[in-house]
Amino acid sequence: MSMVHQVYPVAADDFTRAGEASADIKRRLKQLGVSSAVLRRVAVASYEVELNLVIHSDGGELTLNVDQDGVHLISKDVGPGIPDIDQAMREGYSTANEEARSMGFGAGMGLPNMKRNADQFAIESQVGKGTTIEMTFKLA
Amino acid sequence: MKVNALLPLIEAENLTPGVDLDKEVLCGYSCDLLSWVMKNGQEGMAWVTVQTHMNVIAVAVLAEMACVILPEGIDMEPDVLKKAEEEGLCVMKTKLSSYEICGRMHKAGVADKDA
Repeated sequence: MSMVHQVYPVAADDFTRAGEASADIKRRLKQLGVSSAVLRRVAVASYEVELNLVIHSDGGELTLNVDQDGVHLISKDVGPGIPDIDQAMREGYSTANEEARSMGFGAGMGLPNMKRNADQFAIESQVGKGTTIEMTFKLA
Repeated sequence: MKVNALLPLIEAENLTPGVDLDKEVLCGYSCDLLSWVMKNGQEGMAWVTVQTHMNVIAVAVLAEMACVILPEGIDMEPDVLKKAEEEGLCVMKTKLSSYEICGRMHKAGVADKDA
């Protein structure tokens, strides 16, 4: 049974609206009575994954599902894909462009921050096809 | 210390007149890399940054911070301040440097993060 199912389209390079999906996700989870500790972890991870879609992808969507097992966040984009996931997962490694870096992004903390905050983290990527990230946060 | 007591301490001007200044400042922090701040941001944090774009507000709100402090007389665009007000987040600016701001907060007993 899904208590919440919400899909947020995220446009590439739209820095003005970046963070709106994460803010809405946090609001919804708060309404559901999710504990502030879990809320915080979801907020960090959803913001990072949303910003990755803005900074690195050619556009994609973020999906929120909540069921009895917990909070599920799924990020799917349409490219360009990550050639070396191990390298991308390394703290401090970033391919962010100058514009993103000048705004304070590109610290190479995005994927590590997601992995650290999620109870389960899975990433799959194919160059030329796109990247999918699935995260689960237990409610207890 | 409350946000309204922090304003005079660091000679700051509140740029978001509509927001509640009664929030408690629980810790202080200075950083301009947003992912770094996402990792370390905490509830009640007074965050000093030279970044002024919309995502500063998103990060501060997601981490439930007490306020954002702009050092060295830096201004923030009206649409970003409007967003901060909508979210109930205090943004203040001061002529002081990040170093001086943090020094005064520390001296006044504002804790480091995780403290």
